[in-house]
Amino acid sequence: MIKISNYIKNNFNNLSSTLILYLLVLIALLPLLLVAINTFKSHADIVINPLALPNEFNFTNFSRAWKAGKFSSGIINSILLSGTTIVITLTFASLSAFVLARRSIVGWQLITIYFLCATTIPIQLFLFPLYFVYAKLGIVGNVFATAFILSAINLPLATFLLRTYVQTIPSDIDDASFMDGANPIQTFFHVILPLLRPGLVTVSIIVGLNAWNEFLITSTFQQGQNSFTMTLGYLSMNGTYATDQGAMMAGAFILVAPIVLFFIVMQRFFISGMASGAVKG
Amino acid sequence: MFENRVLNIQYYFFIIPALLLSLLLVLVPAIMTIGASLTNWDGMSAPSFVGLNNFQNLFNDHVFWIAIGNNIRWAIIFLTIPMVIGLFVSALLQKRKKSTTVFQIIFLLPYVLSPVANAVIWQNIILDPISGLLGFISRDYFSLSNPLADTNTALYAVAAIDIWHFWGYLVVVFFSAMQQTPDDQLEVAFLEGASSVQVFWNVTLPNILPTIALMIALVTIFSFLTFDYIFLITQGGPARATEMLSTFAYKFAFTSFQVGKAAAVGLTISFFGLIASFFYVWISKSEFEK
Repeated sequence: MIKISNYIKNNFNNLSSTLILYLLVLIALLPLLLVAINTFKSHADIVINPLALPNEFNFTNFSRAWKAGKFSSGIINSILLSGTTIVITLTFASLSAFVLARRSIVGWQLITIYFLCATTIPIQLFLFPLYFVYAKLGIVGNVFATAFILSAINLPLATFLLRTYVQTIPSDIDDASFMDGANPIQTFFHVILPLLRPGLVTVSIIVGLNAWNEFLITSTFQQGQNSFTMTLGYLSMNGTYATDQGAMMAGAFILVAPIVLFFIVMQRFFISGMASGAVKG
Repeated sequence: MFENRVLNIQYYFFIIPALLLSLLLVLVPAIMTIGASLTNWDGMSAPSFVGLNNFQNLFNDHVFWIAIGNNIRWAIIFLTIPMVIGLFVSALLQKRKKSTTVFQIIFLLPYVLSPVANAVIWQNIILDPISGLLGFISRDYFSLSNPLADTNTALYAVAAIDIWHFWGYLVVVFFSAMQQTPDDQLEVAFLEGASSVQVFWNVTLPNILPTIALMIALVTIFSFLTFDYIFLITQGGPARATEMLSTFAYKFAFTSFQVGKAAAVGLTISFFGLIASFFYVWISKSEFEK
């Protein structure tokens, strides 16, 4: 009898926990599902019932959104900004991660603590003077100049993530390379870097995502329509397209769908990257 | 000996690019912020020294105190609601054998999308009084008012959207920490007839305490820096109901060009962030001394 009541209780617990999880799935996905079904509908149809499935697949929303969100130039700026940030951050961070993991310079503790403090430094502690210096230099709106700022922000986190990957490579390997007459620079490029590849993939995904999604720096420095990233172009539609909800949803779809696909394909790296360390909230 | 010294000097070239980038774009401007906070500066013309005037003006400005109060409320909300949901859901997932990855992917989805996309989606298809879900329910079922327009609810409404995007991250972090719970401890607990609630309190939770501490530190820091969702959704309004230190500083710098005051607010943010950062560095330090 006890066994049976336990069985019922366990099943009940399993059922209620499953129900809770499915409810949370619905909450997490509802706004995105609404984007998906309303992307193909006209404004009038959305106003009548945003929960109704589309009765026709109207693709004109996409062309209006693409134009209004300036996505043609936005996608180029977004790719340049994220791409440059990934290249700068990973180059600089893998170099510094190597010496910090191997503790091969005097003052490595001090530098480690400096970067540790820099991971959580408020952007507004350096944003304002930096903006007016950039303005004076005439490089506000320059994608590459902005990428350097995003790199400086992502550098500490990238260094710490890569540092743990270097630590998993035995230092005997370095020693063997030195024995063969290689200097540290050769050792780094020919021995360490190839072994670091899985770490480089994970960290570039995290850094790339941070750069793609970043708002405060990007909106401050990428001013003027020609400098807009995809997200900024889409943001400029907000409010002015209130009477064209179909275009708003199509714009959201263009913005969100590629990221969702990329995330699902690369989920292993995302989850390991997120779980292995702090990622900016 | 000589060989060794040559090697050591080479190592310094590894750290120079990273250090230089961080010093030039973060540390030097941060020091300039301290200097600017003591001046009257519009960002263009020469700054004039005013001592502690900016801070004095701020302390007499009631908006400054409203912003601090809102930041504290934000911290309390984020230290409780998403934390509890994160712990609870990762404990639920822990009991499942299959499909944990699928749930994690779905819960993490809003977190990997940009704040701009998330904020605009919520503003339009959910909260728009005409073409959003809210308008649809108000017209056809029962009347709902836009929570963003009401000074009493605006802060909670923005927080709800931000929590919607954030909580999945905590699930992933807590879930992976819980996975590290030693199997023998769990076995002993179950053999002794402990219920799953007892196992959670007495075995799982103590084991992930370091992770919880780290998340408390990070959430506290980010609560005082919070900017994106507020600025995108309400810009601090209505009537300063959602004004945060970050939005307050931003408006000083880029709306009224009072960069000295913006710098002073920026330093206040850093002061709050710093307290939590000490805690964070202290936790992480034991990590890198291992």
